[in-house]
Amino acid sequence: MARNFGFAPIKGRVIDFDRNDKRVFEYVLEREPSFALCIGCGGCAATCSAANFTEFSLRKLNILIRRGENDEVRKIVDRCMLCGKCTLVCPRGVNTRNVVFLTREAFEEFDNYAI
Amino acid sequence: MKLEGKKRIWSEFQKEIPDDHFFYVRSCIRQSFFPGSEQFFLKVLKEDLGKDIFEDPNHTTCTGIGYHGDVVQFDTIQTVVARHFALATEHGYKDVVISCVTSFGIYEEIIETWKHYPETLEKTRENLYKATGRVFDVPDSITHSSDIIYKFKDEIAAKAKFPLIDHVTGEPLRIVEHIGCHYSKMFPKYGVGGAEFPHVLIGMIEAWGGEVIDYPERRHCCGFGFRQYIVQANRGYSLSNSRKKFVSMQPYKPEAIIANCPGCTMFMDKWQYTIKEMDGMTYGQHGQGIPVLTYEELAGIVMGYNPWDLGLQYHNVQSEPLLDKMGIKYDQEEKYLTKDGKKLPVPKDLINA
Repeated sequence: MARNFGFAPIKGRVIDFDRNDKRVFEYVLEREPSFALCIGCGGCAATCSAANFTEFSLRKLNILIRRGENDEVRKIVDRCMLCGKCTLVCPRGVNTRNVVFLTREAFEEFDNYAI
Repeated sequence: MKLEGKKRIWSEFQKEIPDDHFFYVRSCIRQSFFPGSEQFFLKVLKEDLGKDIFEDPNHTTCTGIGYHGDVVQFDTIQTVVARHFALATEHGYKDVVISCVTSFGIYEEIIETWKHYPETLEKTRENLYKATGRVFDVPDSITHSSDIIYKFKDEIAAKAKFPLIDHVTGEPLRIVEHIGCHYSKMFPKYGVGGAEFPHVLIGMIEAWGGEVIDYPERRHCCGFGFRQYIVQANRGYSLSNSRKKFVSMQPYKPEAIIANCPGCTMFMDKWQYTIKEMDGMTYGQHGQGIPVLTYEELAGIVMGYNPWDLGLQYHNVQSEPLLDKMGIKYDQEEKYLTKDGKKLPVPKDLINA
């Protein structure tokens, strides 16, 4: 039984590449190789329909997927409306709409997924 | 030529450590939680090394915890420290040796303030005279007691009975060294090796046969942070800092941690107990905790002093795994006996006990 001291440790904000789970990133990259071309310019986030009204940012989502911070990805990936405007503006030709689609698929694929 | 260059640069990171005639000021935390450390320091300097070291019972707290906790004003703490200097002046000492890293930082800060703003020195002289009728000279040097042990590390190594070596395998013991932030991060010139290469504990560990572990969060703060732990609800900040260090050092399998700061020693020791009680985690080998020692305690066991005279039983994480590795014989029956043979109450839920 965990003892209560009246205070609790705070979860670290360290990005630990040794512990993070890259399976979702690898799943997406294998099926959508253009994801490797992303330079993080943020054009996708600037044009995003969903981001106009919420805190959703496709640029942030892409970075989180790459880092393997899947807990965060899982929280926000459903906010995308799959309108595809981001794909039209991407200067590197990344099929960003498909990245979101594949990410959702990856979570379904990895059943009993745990970090 | 290249070596010359490095030697020259390294010389800029050294500090002058006086050789004799010290005025010693104690630490609030250390004399309460690790009383054997200060006793050992005084004993070694007086008896083993034959130095003149004096402490005045009229010495008080520097109020550093209150100062960093925002309840003591800077004017007040300057006057308190000036009173300490007045005690040294009255007894004819010019070199102050400070047991506590917090006090050490406070003394540095005040002396530097007086250098850059001489009017604050005059104001402090006036405040002290009005309050106590005392006068003082600014000391020639301020030295931390770990600097003194660092200076005499080779003399201690020459008297070593149990070097930092696994007595079964002959391998050097892996030791984590932790330098208090206020030792040299604020005023690098006052620390051996400055803020970038603080060498004070590394020198000791290597001189006594151990191996220093370099791990990712090595220079991270222990989390003491004064404000962070004074309010109970905020102690999670403090705890999380220590835990970050433990998680980072765990893969390197340290046998012990040594620290030169009272707060770091106390928190890295006691937070291990707290974390174990909260979620059952320990960070040493075989489900044990990592013993956290002061540099004097480490010097003491290296020199063959009785671990119970050094006060190792006062820690939350017990040091038996380390003593066993070094091949030190100890008597469990004596562990909680006073000098006159009375039995002290035995604490519960200690780690490694």
